[in-house]
Amino acid sequence: MSRMLRRLGEGVSNRALVALGLVFAALLLAPLVSNGYVLSVLIIALYYAYAGQAWNVMMGFCGQLSLGHSLYVGVAAYAAAIFFVKWNVPPVIGMFAAIAVAMAFGAVIGFLAFRFSVSGVYFALLTIAFAEFTRIGFDHFTWAGGSGGFFLKVEDRAADLITLRGPPIMFYYVMLALTALAFLFCRMLTQSRVGYYWFAIREDQEAAQALGINVFRYKMLAVIVSSGMTSLAGVFFAFYYNNLFPEQIFSMARSIELILGPIIGGLGTLFGPILGAFVLTVLADLVTEVLVFTGYDIPGVKQVFYGLCLAVVVIWLPLGIWPPLKRRLGLEGRS
Amino acid sequence: MTALLEVRGLSKSFRGLRAVSQVSFDVPQGEIVALIGPNGAGKTTCFNMIAGAFPPSDGTVRLGGRDITGLRADQICRAGIGRTFQIVKPFAGLTVHENVTVGALNAFADLADARAKAAEVLQLLGLWAKRDQPASSLTLPDRKRLEVARALGTGPQLLLLDEVMAGLRPTETDQMVAVFRQLNEKTGLTILLIEHVMRAVMALARRIVVLHHGETIAMGDPETVVRDPAVLDVYLGAEAL
Ligand SMILES: Nc1ncnc2c1ncn2[C@@H]1O[C@H](COP(=O)(O)OP(=O)(O)OP(=O)(O)O)[C@@H](O)[C@H]1O
Ligand SMILES: [Mg+2]
Repeated sequence: MSRMLRRLGEGVSNRALVALGLVFAALLLAPLVSNGYVLSVLIIALYYAYAGQAWNVMMGFCGQLSLGHSLYVGVAAYAAAIFFVKWNVPPVIGMFAAIAVAMAFGAVIGFLAFRFSVSGVYFALLTIAFAEFTRIGFDHFTWAGGSGGFFLKVEDRAADLITLRGPPIMFYYVMLALTALAFLFCRMLTQSRVGYYWFAIREDQEAAQALGINVFRYKMLAVIVSSGMTSLAGVFFAFYYNNLFPEQIFSMARSIELILGPIIGGLGTLFGPILGAFVLTVLADLVTEVLVFTGYDIPGVKQVFYGLCLAVVVIWLPLGIWPPLKRRLGLEGRS
Repeated sequence: MTALLEVRGLSKSFRGLRAVSQVSFDVPQGEIVALIGPNGAGKTTCFNMIAGAFPPSDGTVRLGGRDITGLRADQICRAGIGRTFQIVKPFAGLTVHENVTVGALNAFADLADARAKAAEVLQLLGLWAKRDQPASSLTLPDRKRLEVARALGTGPQLLLLDEVMAGLRPTETDQMVAVFRQLNEKTGLTILLIEHVMRAVMALARRIVVLHHGETIAMGDPETVVRDPAVLDVYLGAEAL
């Protein structure tokens, strides 16, 4: 245990540890100085930070581009919601079903793709196709509401972590805890054999294999870990929004939104997905607010803003915001 | 005693093109053997079949008596064969130290041990000073050294080197030769090398196998092979030895 802790901090400068502590403290205290609106924006930012971190495991670490992560969010959201609404099983237990279902989908996609050497663009297309098929499936799955949606009862009550019923501030701290745990988990992965192997596969699959890495197995592991992590975002989604529509939850737009954070923050980095999600969510909301305030209520302005951010990053900061920022702040590791 | 590596009747056709045809040779335990021949002779193709990059069309490969024909590359690495790529394949986004650590994880369960082993190999190959640079920043000779370092990190019984001296200056070649000599003498590492730099071949190899158009045209000790008329005709003559 202490060895694991030591390894978590290995190569991290004290300055970086302090900075990380400050960020975490700020996030812990943020609700105290936020109104309801600001809190809702922060919750969304944390949601994308977490989901982006999960997606980053597959693409940022292992180099497998998924454009269908809404699939894992969706099936997990439905699984947890169905367990709760139909069978009265609270999400603390239902989430295990959600994790299992999402991992099973991930395993099937991974198996088909990696067994038959589907990679690159074709792999991305396969992930989109699976999300689409599943959406169509849920559209016709009338037992779970079909295209008309599936709903949880909205209850105004004190925070209950067992059933995930409660005020927004409870969801804020749940999401913050998940984001922090995902961050630590990913740090642990990158400081282990698995992380080294994923990076090697991302950089050059043939060379990785020649060094004794079972590429198929480690790619499967990346998909399964990533889909399992993503599933918890889905559980959160179901209980926070209380309504699920196949049309929305499985949509490709959702998959894309989810991957913008890590791309803009810095693919394959640990802090990039968090930074990217906050920058995007907070700035996009600010832009929308300012426009509304000045009398321009333009639909779709957020998407345009996302597009602009993506263009700026791809052209001027191909590694994302975080790597250069980290250097600027003098937070680079010691060796 | 059986040889560490036994290649028998190895053949490969690429859509009709017979790249390697009925090649057989042995690499005895603890020896250094060179595989030479003109461009396109089928040397790299032989390596790829031995190392499991693709299966042979025909023939068998045995390592220490065990049939390893057609195993996947990672299985063959774990069986004890480390290989370099003629067209280098560094993990560009990783540091030099991380590159070699990936290889060393094949031999060590613990990451700290693998990093220590990698450090040792980097010092041996003169890459230690560059350990924290991304591999993408290395010059071609350094990338070749990195290929060797990564393969050595896996802790192989048999090391396959595909033109790792190409592009090195003569003094650098001599340094690399000295490293392989030392490894061979001190640790008993067996080496099969493909090399055009005859200076290195003559300094290292106890046996030479010559390929031409995918076939073995000569085999034996260096002195005999370099005087072989067939070899002089198709290969060494052209190199103006
Ligand atoms: N993957 C492949 N697909 C089709 N043809 C191939 C492939 N690999 C090699 N060849 C062909 O097989 C023949 C042998 O190539 P190989 O790379 O083994 O030669 P080599 O002896 O290593 O030459 P060099 O000294 O130039 O490296 C060549 O004609 C080459 O074009
Ligand atoms: Mg070659």
